Amino acid sequence: MLGTTIVLAIREIRRHILRSFLTILGIVIGVSAVVTMVTLGNGATAAVQEQISSLGANILQIRPGQGFGRGGGGPRPPDFKMADVNAIAQQIAGVKAVAPQVQSSTIAVRNAANWSTTVNGTTSAYFAAQQWELTAGRIFNAAEEQAGKSVCIIGNTVRTNLFSRDDPVGERFRINDFSCEVIGVLSARGQGGFGNDQDDVVIAPIKLAQRRLEGNQDVESITVAVDDHFETSAVQSSIEKLLRERRHISGGKQDDFNIFDTKQISDTLQGTTQILTALLGAVAAVSLLVGGIGIMNIMLVSVTERTREIGIRLAIGAVAREVLLQFLVEAVVLACLGGLLGILIALVASIVVAPIIQVPFAFDWQINLLAFVFSAAIGVIFGFFPAQRAASLNPIDALRHE
Amino acid sequence: MVRPPLISLRGVTKTFGEGPAAFQALKGVDLDVEQGDFVAVMGPSGSGKSTTMNILGCLDVPTSGAFTFHGVHVEQLDRDQRALLRRKYLGFVFQGFNLLARTTALENVELPLLYRGESKSARHEAALEALDQVGLKDWWDHTPAELSGGQQQRVAIARAIVTRPDVLLADEPTGNLDTERSIEIMQLLTDLNRKSGITILMVTHEQEMAAFARTVIHFRDGLVEQHIRNGLPHGSEPAPC
Repeated sequence: MLGTTIVLAIREIRRHILRSFLTILGIVIGVSAVVTMVTLGNGATAAVQEQISSLGANILQIRPGQGFGRGGGGPRPPDFKMADVNAIAQQIAGVKAVAPQVQSSTIAVRNAANWSTTVNGTTSAYFAAQQWELTAGRIFNAAEEQAGKSVCIIGNTVRTNLFSRDDPVGERFRINDFSCEVIGVLSARGQGGFGNDQDDVVIAPIKLAQRRLEGNQDVESITVAVDDHFETSAVQSSIEKLLRERRHISGGKQDDFNIFDTKQISDTLQGTTQILTALLGAVAAVSLLVGGIGIMNIMLVSVTERTREIGIRLAIGAVAREVLLQFLVEAVVLACLGGLLGILIALVASIVVAPIIQVPFAFDWQINLLAFVFSAAIGVIFGFFPAQRAASLNPIDALRHE
Repeated sequence: MVRPPLISLRGVTKTFGEGPAAFQALKGVDLDVEQGDFVAVMGPSGSGKSTTMNILGCLDVPTSGAFTFHGVHVEQLDRDQRALLRRKYLGFVFQGFNLLARTTALENVELPLLYRGESKSARHEAALEALDQVGLKDWWDHTPAELSGGQQQRVAIARAIVTRPDVLLADEPTGNLDTERSIEIMQLLTDLNRKSGITILMVTHEQEMAAFARTVIHFRDGLVEQHIRNGLPHGSEPAPC
């Protein structure tokens, strides 16, 4: 019976092809919009998550000032000293590696090639903290670090721009007014969390950078790698306490530095994603509601228009349930067609749009299935009332209907 | 052995509306129809003939009185039970043909079989056979719009007889047709009555069409006024009990 009813429903839909299409348009648009957005959103989230994880896990970044900038107005908070770095390394439990950093933009020159890049002055702890491997050469040893010798390790981008295909280890190039020997090459890391090129860097001993580039003994930021067995948040708060003490910040005053947890970015991002998903869900609910009302509308018109047909069916012996089923199935088939068409459009749209907005295309069968089931449910919910009306018609009146 | 009548109405009344606006369409109708009879129901409009046909077609129930069909008290059945009764034993032909538009003759004729849950091939075969019986086998793939009025009515008759019903109820089947087509339809109905033994109940306004019937019943003011059998008033021959 159900099979026959579905065949009849499809026949009826085919008979009014344009009207049927317009009826389901609401559902088509709702489903395709939601599925496309979720598919692209998933791709974007996956891409960003990957970039964030490239920042390194369990890493704390300590900078003077509040927030990302050094804060507008007011006196600039002082930088850290090497003593702060040593204090953290010695006094805080759960710290795997502590690397001080100073950064300055410079121009690196070798023969005719010159390349504008960033010199990152730090210690060998930096490589451990960032879990950054070398592809060639070595990192600086304790003696070079202590003396601030003119040695450096270059990122992949710097290597290609200054040395093209030559082996750079043992070669020298100029940074500003001093010459520097390449002792190692970093493995390529690609794009960072903020769209920056992580490989465009020259890593040098911090003493060298302080002396030749900064002209002071300050430490601009501190990277702390937390031991996996310790809670990052606990380590963070003990560092905060220590630094407040060392920087003489009394009770009520705000920190004049910030400790940034890379996990926070991914948490924030996840929160944003959840809000977006909820918003998308709301849009989907509204558009599907509108689509459902469209279906109900047309089904009611259809019931009125086909009153005589219903009368005939009742006269030749259809029971109320069969008439109800017929109209309900018609509504559900319509809604399902809308869902399928919407999914199809979403698929095409995602495949076309993904490369344009530079997001990987990730097919999510769950959202597609959900969209389809939802469409069917809309058909049942909004088809029931018209079907009920059709089934409750009096055959005599229905037959007389003009 | 005397068979009980196929259809029997006893003291049937039907009132529409309530209170002062109430209208009594039937005021106590007694009527028997034998199996295999061909009955023409006549009477002016408002005489209660349509109401009686609706009750006989199990589309409506009497306000009071008894209606037995095959010995079953139809007045006690609910809506769906009456639908099943119609499905199994009754066929309908209407004045306005009432075919499904944009649907081929074959699909129209198949319709009642759909509700019987018959297989596609069985439906097809039975529908073609019914179309053959009304002489429209070659027109199976035409929609109502492509058929003349007489042909449409013949398709409607094919739809009514495709389930091999006991009773065919025809409500002014020739009302929308010219005399020539009307006579063709009446001959077809007479044939079905004689050859297939289908009991036919037919409402008509025209004496000419009523002449094809074996029994003629006249209604007036909600009562059976005259019951004529084979040209003789009812009761002038031994009444079947």
